[in-house]
Amino acid sequence: MARVLLFGRLSDVAGWRSRELEADSIAALTALLSDEDADLAEALARPGVQVALDQEIVRGDAVLTARSEVAYLPPMSGG
Amino acid sequence: MISLTDQSFEPGALLTAFSQDRSETGAIATFTGLARAERGATTTLELEAYPGFTEAAIDKIAQQAKARFTLDDFHIVHRIGKIAPGEAIVFVATAATHRRAAFEACDFLMDYLKSRAPFWKKETGPDGSRWIEPRDQDHADIARWESTKP
Repeated sequence: MARVLLFGRLSDVAGWRSRELEADSIAALTALLSDEDADLAEALARPGVQVALDQEIVRGDAVLTARSEVAYLPPMSGG
Repeated sequence: MISLTDQSFEPGALLTAFSQDRSETGAIATFTGLARAERGATTTLELEAYPGFTEAAIDKIAQQAKARFTLDDFHIVHRIGKIAPGEAIVFVATAATHRRAAFEACDFLMDYLKSRAPFWKKETGPDGSRWIEPRDQDHADIARWESTKP
């Protein structure tokens, strides 16, 4: 079970911030989330959405373990 | 030092504390960002962070600034949670031997905090809520530093 976190507009679109989900890879997890929620699928596919695995940005796919934390990060805006 | 807080803060007090006990620093520059009311269109600003990840990302940015501008020290305070118009959102102070480095480091830090630090900002007003994303100007501000890398 990976811990999945959504931030910013993504959590508003999905209606949740944190869930435990079963997936072997980031690609599989993204597909799982996209299959169950078309609005979230559209929001995740937007430009500028990044993925962090265990608090490090990853580009492309990566393998998940039972203790992985995966965060989906829309474009950042501070200050 | 870097801190995230859900409490309002007083920039003057932060500057006073930051300025103390410095015998070699010749220049301190500060920037304070305030939440705007946008003529009544915004009643609340809400900032979300990713605990741990956000602090680490800001620290990477700050260490870059420290090396690039040879800073003696820096202090960054960023609000999270709900913020009312007129309240300070961000405070950046930089200390250096000479003024140019302090000014430029402060400018650099703010440009990176605006669009590279992991915060998500939502404005709420009478017409509802909307998430703020970096504008073209914010990307152009970052590009200035990328193109003049020492």
